[in-house]
Amino acid sequence: MQTRRDTLQQSMAVAGLLAAAGFLPRDAFAFNKTAFEAKSIADAAKAFGGGAPAESKDVTLTAPDIAENGAVVPMAVASTLPNLKHLLVLVEKNPNALVAMFNVSDAVEPSFATRAKMGQTSDVYAVAITNDGKALYAKKEVKVTLGGCGG
Amino acid sequence: MADPMRIRAQANGGNAVVRVLMSHEMETGQRKDSAGKTIPAWHITEVTAAHNGKPVLSAEWGPAVSKNPFMQFTLKGAKAGDKVSVTWKDNKGDTRTDEATVS
Repeated sequence: MQTRRDTLQQSMAVAGLLAAAGFLPRDAFAFNKTAFEAKSIADAAKAFGGGAPAESKDVTLTAPDIAENGAVVPMAVASTLPNLKHLLVLVEKNPNALVAMFNVSDAVEPSFATRAKMGQTSDVYAVAITNDGKALYAKKEVKVTLGGCGG
Repeated sequence: MADPMRIRAQANGGNAVVRVLMSHEMETGQRKDSAGKTIPAWHITEVTAAHNGKPVLSAEWGPAVSKNPFMQFTLKGAKAGDKVSVTWKDNKGDTRTDEATVS
C-alpha cells in the first residue's frame, strides 16, 4: 500500500528530476543562452538589447598586447557613458564570441576586470549597451602564443 | 566548489576595490579526454554580489572565463567594516557564497 510518505518522496524525486532537466520556472535572473552561443559580436550585443555596435572612445578595454598564456588572459572593461545597462567582454575568434556580461548598477563603478581564455590571436572587444539600446565598443588585438582551449 | 572563494575588499576613498578569486574548473565543453570523448561544459553561469545584504552586482559568464576565475570591481560608497558577499551559480546548478569584510 502506498503510504503518504511514499507519495511525498516520489513527488520530490520527480521535482528533482524536473529541476535537473530545467523545467521548473527559473528565477528572473536567467542565464542568457542565446547570447553565449552567438558567433559574432553584433549577435551577442543584439541578445542583450543593443543595436549595431559603433566604435567609441567612451568605452575602454585593457588587455595585454601579447598574452603569454592563452588560458589566462587578463582583461578589463570600463566605460564613462551615462545610462549604462551592460558591459560585455568578447573574443572575436573564440568558438563562442561572448566571454562575460556585467550588469551595471548604481552601486558599482562601470569597470570590471576578469581573466579569459583565448583560443588564438584575436581582437578582443569591450561593448557597452545603454538603456536606450545603443551598443558602443572598443577593441584591441591580443596576440596569443599558446592557445587557451586545450586543443 | 571545494575551496572557498578568496575575497579581498579594500576601502579606497569612498569606494572599495573588491577582488575575488573563485575555485572552479570552467570546462569549455571543447576539450576531449584521452579516450576521445568530449568533456562536457561545466562553468559558472551567474555571479552576483551584495553589499551589506543589498544586491549590487550581477554578471553572466560563459565558458571562456579562465579556470579559477578572477574578478575585480569597485563598490561605490563602501567603508571599512561593510560586508561584501559574492555568490556564483554554475550550469550544473551548484552554487556557492562567500563573504568578506571591507578593510
